[in-house]
Amino acid sequence: MEIIETENLTKTFEGFTAVDHIKFSVRKGEIFGFLGPNGAGKTTTIKMLTTLLYPSEGTASIAGFDILKQRAMVRENIGVVFQEPALDTELTGRENLDFHARMYGLSPETRKKRITQVLSLVDLDERKDVLVKFYSGGMKRRLEIARGLMHSPTVLFLDEPTLGLDAQTRRAIWDYIKKLNKDENTTIFLTTHYMDEADFLCNHIGIIDHGKILVMDTVDALKKSVGHDVITLTCSDIEKLQKRLEQESWVSNATPHTSFLTLGVERGEEKIPVIFDIARTISVSITSIDVRKPTLDDVFLYYTGRSMREQTGEAPRMKPMKSAGFPMRRRQ
Amino acid sequence: MMNPKDLQAIYMLWLRQMKRFIRAKSRVLTTIIQPLFFLFILGFGFNIAVFPGMTGSYINFLAPGIIAMAILFSSMFTGVSVLWDRQSGFLQEVLVAPVSRLSIVIGRTLGGATVALFQGVVIMIIAIALGVHVVSPGGLLLTLVIMVLLSFTAVGFGLILASKMRDFEGFQSIMSLILMPLLFLSSMFFPVSNSLPVWLQVISYCNPLFYMVDGIRGSFTGANYVLHPLIDLAIILTLCVIIMGLGSYFFNKSEA
Repeated sequence: MEIIETENLTKTFEGFTAVDHIKFSVRKGEIFGFLGPNGAGKTTTIKMLTTLLYPSEGTASIAGFDILKQRAMVRENIGVVFQEPALDTELTGRENLDFHARMYGLSPETRKKRITQVLSLVDLDERKDVLVKFYSGGMKRRLEIARGLMHSPTVLFLDEPTLGLDAQTRRAIWDYIKKLNKDENTTIFLTTHYMDEADFLCNHIGIIDHGKILVMDTVDALKKSVGHDVITLTCSDIEKLQKRLEQESWVSNATPHTSFLTLGVERGEEKIPVIFDIARTISVSITSIDVRKPTLDDVFLYYTGRSMREQTGEAPRMKPMKSAGFPMRRRQ
Repeated sequence: MMNPKDLQAIYMLWLRQMKRFIRAKSRVLTTIIQPLFFLFILGFGFNIAVFPGMTGSYINFLAPGIIAMAILFSSMFTGVSVLWDRQSGFLQEVLVAPVSRLSIVIGRTLGGATVALFQGVVIMIIAIALGVHVVSPGGLLLTLVIMVLLSFTAVGFGLILASKMRDFEGFQSIMSLILMPLLFLSSMFFPVSNSLPVWLQVISYCNPLFYMVDGIRGSFTGANYVLHPLIDLAIILTLCVIIMGLGSYFFNKSEA
């Protein structure tokens, strides 16, 4: 069953098209990841789906209810964790959670149970009676997430759920999201620009850039589309080597980048000597080479022509998965 | 239309405002002390002044207007504070909740009215202590009813403003360009009498605030009023329904 369906959903802000006629659907019970760099249109899409913004064109349905005509019914079925903190800073952490629980009509027992549960999840038990205005940015973020996870709606929207959190909390939140999805069959729609997050959590992924969906598929199918293995190499003449390797039938997607070249191949380990031989014949010297299973970063690179990191203004790297201090599984 | 969930939401929104109000101690003080300044300074300053069309002491004349002003400012602030919630992002949390927009408006209005009524009553008690004459217990009750309606209307007006504005500068201009003149022409500080130019008299009688001040005057002190307080009540009630309706409409339409 399709739980979210959009039909040419569009939003323009004073001539700028933030979301451009997007069409996608999400099945009940799955974790769907919306991947894209900052400013791609992820948050705007969520705001339209959660009835906070009116679409300029097109529409969508959530759990069978139209976001334009049945706004109240849509709200009955959703929960949202916002990217920006949406907390009342004059209330304590616990009071914010209590406010939320009552607004969502949780019974007194559930309310108590859930509040304790989510407070310990984000490690805020000790600060629960402190006014939120005295919280640090990270604490606010954690409280925000805790609040969103309190009630189990049909569809839960998470806008960059773990942005700016430490590795440990990220991991705890991922587990909780998985649990929520499994135990209560909550459909989860999340946006992220962390590839490892999407990889760990999502069944289906849509890549969005400049307000358009570039590709949508399962994580596995997307990775396969890039190649069975990915070889990344640096060499003396990227362009020359790329032109030569392109002619080989076993090479799919030979894509040159500013400082490196990526190749999609099968049985990558066996191809390394072959590539060295070819390079030698055209007198290109290979300085480093790496073979691995494709990651979502490779997928993103393949479909957008840019790595996620380049988008956010950081230097492009040879191995895209090595990002800011988070423990990651690079070789699968 | 109202289910238990909506009632719960109304209660929660009301409770939130109470907590915020009690915690903002400076606001509690300013909103009570400022009208008292008016009451004392103007009350004693004009103590021996005689205005055409005025009977009794000046403080007797002034007190109803000060009560109206305190309620008006406090309630408008409540309505406009939606802007704060929009800027802090908290409005999103409220707007995606599975409760009707109407209950959100009602919750906020009741919260604002409670605070405003509390301030109004404090000023009322001080006015009585200063020797302002109370016409009758029934009149006092009617005064409270008018105060509540006045508060609802002002919250509604604040909501309209908040849905049309993105920052506080617009609110400040409206306060000084529209609200202040209307306050001065509401018969709050001086009676609308024949000594005023005709066009000013016309504006005064078209001024909704006039009927609010006049209503409180008629029911509270029973002196210096123009219309029977029940007629004022009818006018205020009509106005209240219209403004609250518009306020809810605009609030419903606004995006977070």
